Amino acid sequence: MEEIPILKVGRCLLVSIQIDMHDRLAMALQDDLTRRLVETRARGVLIDISALDLVDSFIGRMLSNIAAMARVLDAHTVVVGMRPQVAITLVELGLTLTGIQTALDVDRGLALINRLIDAEGEDGAGGAQ
Amino acid sequence: MVQVERNSTLEVRTPEDVVKVRQEVRNRTAAVGFSLVDQTKFVTAASEIARNTIDHGGGGVAQIETINTAGRRGVRLIFQDQGPGIADIKLAMQDGYSTGGGLGMGMPGSKRLSNEFYVESTPGQGTRVTLVRWKSN
Repeated sequence: MEEIPILKVGRCLLVSIQIDMHDRLAMALQDDLTRRLVETRARGVLIDISALDLVDSFIGRMLSNIAAMARVLDAHTVVVGMRPQVAITLVELGLTLTGIQTALDVDRGLALINRLIDAEGEDGAGGAQ
Repeated sequence: MVQVERNSTLEVRTPEDVVKVRQEVRNRTAAVGFSLVDQTKFVTAASEIARNTIDHGGGGVAQIETINTAGRRGVRLIFQDQGPGIADIKLAMQDGYSTGGGLGMGMPGSKRLSNEFYVESTPGQGTRVTLVRWKSN
């Protein structure tokens, strides 16, 4: 059974997508992440896509869905490591990745998430944006 | 006159098949000498149309051809299904229009990522989508 590992690092869940995901696997990741967010009460989700050589509309929608669900569960999502050719293609395809924050690499992504959490206070700020 | 140097046909029925189409298009465009950006654009277009073949066409086949004409080389993809067809192709080509609960980016986005893009569809008989991208000089 294929599965993409989800690691808890501090207040964050860390996912590094290392394989060319088919659509069912992308859906499974979305479900797993939501479940783990509730279980661990993590306040951030960091998704590393530096190994992905393509983000099409399905994967883009998965990333947006994860960000939206995380927000409802009081967590911030940051996507890191997008390759330049993937970014160029995304824009031409017409995807905007609504609600997703990005950072260049994992270090900067974690720093961004920690700033976002700290700005809200440890207990969370409910629906604050 | 377009000459076909190499031709292969892949089944497009499962999500795993979409990944195989992506890999084959990646290999072909790399072999022709596409830049990394152009490879990624065409692989992404192929992924969108392969998914449509399954979601809207009930599955079908993808023909992947390495082609040349007048000193230019490129890759041509022909996706064929026997599904219900597209009632209004003009509408299907509009950004944000979707009947399948998607983002409505697949068709218009894939056209932007290709140099040539043709849709032929007969309601009740199926759809054929042809995409071509040439190696840029």
